Amino acid sequence: MKAHLTRRYMFSASHRLHSNAMSEEENKATYGKCNNPYGHGHNYALEITVSGPVDESTGMVCNLTDLDSFVEHEILDRFHLQNLNTVPEFGQAVPTTENLSAFIYDILQRGFTHAHLEKVRIEETMMNSFEYAGGNEVRR
Amino acid sequence: MVYLTRKAEFAASHYYHNPEFTAEENRRIFGKCNNPNGHGHNYTLEVTVKGEVDTRSGFVVDLKQLKEVLNREVLDAMDHRFLNKEVPEFFTRIPTTENLAISIWQRLAPKLTTAHLHRVRVYETPDLFVDFYGEA
Repeated sequence: MKAHLTRRYMFSASHRLHSNAMSEEENKATYGKCNNPYGHGHNYALEITVSGPVDESTGMVCNLTDLDSFVEHEILDRFHLQNLNTVPEFGQAVPTTENLSAFIYDILQRGFTHAHLEKVRIEETMMNSFEYAGGNEVRR
Repeated sequence: MVYLTRKAEFAASHYYHNPEFTAEENRRIFGKCNNPNGHGHNYTLEVTVKGEVDTRSGFVVDLKQLKEVLNREVLDAMDHRFLNKEVPEFFTRIPTTENLAISIWQRLAPKLTTAHLHRVRVYETPDLFVDFYGEA
């Protein structure tokens, strides 16, 4: 039988929202306080949902140790206690949580083979969260 | 269509062990969870039902009935129990969060008559939960 498993991780990082495609004034108008040149930080909560048939011999969709070690090495090591504007993989993309969600989804989609990736959800603060399911509808 | 979610909590102990695996395989696959003396969690259960709103009552489901079914079929059986030793389906099935969600679905689905079961979500800890939608 098919089940969905969600695991939650925490990481902290700083960022500045600034687009090279906009004038100084447009940047200020668009990003407000988030355009502060010195940046600011968040405690991000990352939720990763994977799915698959529950293996009869283990009772698992995938072994949590595989998911945890993948996320630690490929995601948390890359972002935790970093300035997102300086993370090379981000390139010229503005480090909004929308872009971060898609970026983390792609890392998982490419490298995590133990279960099917359903979606990535990130809480930037307690007040806002973002979900990305690779272009598919998010399941409720 | 309206979706309604009822939350409940229960505390239980369990361990993971497959008798078809060797002792070494059990330790490698299940790690600390293989300790035969068991360990425990405070589980949070969210049961979501869906249905049309009844025009006379304004309800999707009578919450009192849902609560009674939940108490009888799930909480009475699992709260403050050692799942492997006291809940019959886990005599043979490993009581992972995945299997717990499936088992709770199977206990509830036949007993819910007015509303349709949509999702069973079981939190093992605040950082880990499983959703089961009744899919084969």
